[in-house]
Amino acid sequence: MSIFTVILSRAFKAFLTLLAIAVLNFCLLHAAPGDPAVVLAGEAGAADEQMIEQLRERFGLDQPFYVQLGKYVGGVLQFDLGYSFRQGAPVSELILDRLPATLLLTLTAFVISLVLGIAFGVAASARVGKPSDSLLTTLALLFYATPLYWAALMAVLVFSVWLGWLPGFGYETVGADYTGMARVIDIAKHLVLPALTLGLFFMAVYMRMTRASMLEVSQLDFVKTAKAKGLSGPAIRRRHILRNAILPVVTLAGLQAGQLVGGAVLTETVFAWPGIGRLMFESLAARDYNTILGVFLVSAAMVILFNIVTDIVYRLVDPRIGARA
Amino acid sequence: MWKRFSSNIGAMIGVVLLVAVIAIAIFAPLLFSHDPWQMVQRPFLAPFSMDGLPLGTDTLGRDVASQLAYGARVSLLVGLVSTLVALLIGVPLGALAGFYGNWVDEGAMRFTEFFQTIPNFALAIVLVAIFEPTLASITIAIAIVSWPPVARLVRAEVMSVRKREFVDAARLAGLSRPRILMTQVLPNTVSPIIVMASLMVATAILLESSLSFLGLGDPNAMSWGYMIGAARTVIRSAWWLSFFPGIAIVITVLALNLIGEGLNDALNPHLSRKGKA
Repeated sequence: MSIFTVILSRAFKAFLTLLAIAVLNFCLLHAAPGDPAVVLAGEAGAADEQMIEQLRERFGLDQPFYVQLGKYVGGVLQFDLGYSFRQGAPVSELILDRLPATLLLTLTAFVISLVLGIAFGVAASARVGKPSDSLLTTLALLFYATPLYWAALMAVLVFSVWLGWLPGFGYETVGADYTGMARVIDIAKHLVLPALTLGLFFMAVYMRMTRASMLEVSQLDFVKTAKAKGLSGPAIRRRHILRNAILPVVTLAGLQAGQLVGGAVLTETVFAWPGIGRLMFESLAARDYNTILGVFLVSAAMVILFNIVTDIVYRLVDPRIGARA
Repeated sequence: MWKRFSSNIGAMIGVVLLVAVIAIAIFAPLLFSHDPWQMVQRPFLAPFSMDGLPLGTDTLGRDVASQLAYGARVSLLVGLVSTLVALLIGVPLGALAGFYGNWVDEGAMRFTEFFQTIPNFALAIVLVAIFEPTLASITIAIAIVSWPPVARLVRAEVMSVRKREFVDAARLAGLSRPRILMTQVLPNTVSPIIVMASLMVATAILLESSLSFLGLGDPNAMSWGYMIGAARTVIRSAWWLSFFPGIAIVITVLALNLIGEGLNDALNPHLSRKGKA
């Protein structure tokens, strides 16, 4: 299969998955306690009988279940995710507004955790049993047990409040009105702590996996052959072991993407990062179900996107897969 | 098996830590005379500044040490019960898929795949937000987002076990298919399930604390995540209020992870050797 057909079949599967999530969303909305018309009326600020009847008619709530379902799913296909009375805007608009910040944060965290995780894993596997390996392994074990919102809070406390090295709040300096390069640097400074604390947990996961995988592959026969050929240790590790050991790590990274995107809700809440995770948090207190479910759908779409990217990377790293599939 | 487990230093540290946390959770009412919601002193009392209140008081003058002890109950309870519920969903589904194959397998795996694609924390948030936060809804939401790996594991195990000779022997002996699955195949898949379950309890505790941190905790149950969430806004003036509950979570989750790894090494020795050499 060529990369093109792979992408096409993956895109079709992604479409079906999103459709299923839209149906799930609709069912959840209906399972929510309380009559949606009453809730809507309450949110709009009036709750008399007539208003409720009007709303029921206007939003088609008096129609049979399957008609409503069809309408909802049809709407989602056109990226109509409903209206947020709390924010006074269509949900899709709210999400599009905030999506770039979340993409920037999650992609940076994803790349940082993958690159550092693999690098530390390789370093640890090259020094098995030595103090530096024990130190790295212990740190990974600790990070693996640390709630990421707590790591974020502690990072704000240490690096922002106590040391004053980095901003611990927001996306850019409010009122500074930087332009061009100065603005990029300002955003980058604001990005450091959120991206690092979001990536920390995943870095630990990838490091442990890389280390175990490197050790496993280094026992295989072709490594002995390479040694017999007289190649140096670092050359074998880089060219022979790593290329094979990295595959399960990439698979895992794809599987973990969902957790990374979910984790962004916590990171964005702590850092007041203006992304869709923060939007979800704000909607929680307001019981703004349309927005909550909209963010849910979009984050699922992001996970699917991460998975497709991982799949392509996988094929680039391991040429055997293209031939086999 | 116990010998291999007990010679693993990490696993033994994990057991000691976990036993300590369980003991604190059980004896919380004996250790602390006042309940965690009760105001006992002026607010923002620093740790170690007054006898009887070792970790000081929170923003409303409540005893932080007592809150931590009662929080342990919620964490352990939700972690344990949600894992059991996840096993109740994942084990039968995976077993049926792996044992009967064909369209049963196809259907079950598509279903599992779907749930694996959904970002699990986001789904948990949605479920708890819609069904009102109570201990029951939180537990069920965590179970719903954590069963897919169980189903995949059990399916793979069952598929490999059902091809063994003793299964053929059981069939020749005239046992029915369901009976073979229950008495011959499933018991042979228990050890990897135990390992996975111990790690799942750890993940469930992290999930529960994250939900409470966002304000989606049961309003009638004191939990570590809630404590951190409530202290978030005062982190500049009273950092210890967020610090101690976080340490409690790290210790508990770390203990469970260490135990899970120890069990893995002890129950599946041939697997762990490779990574250790």
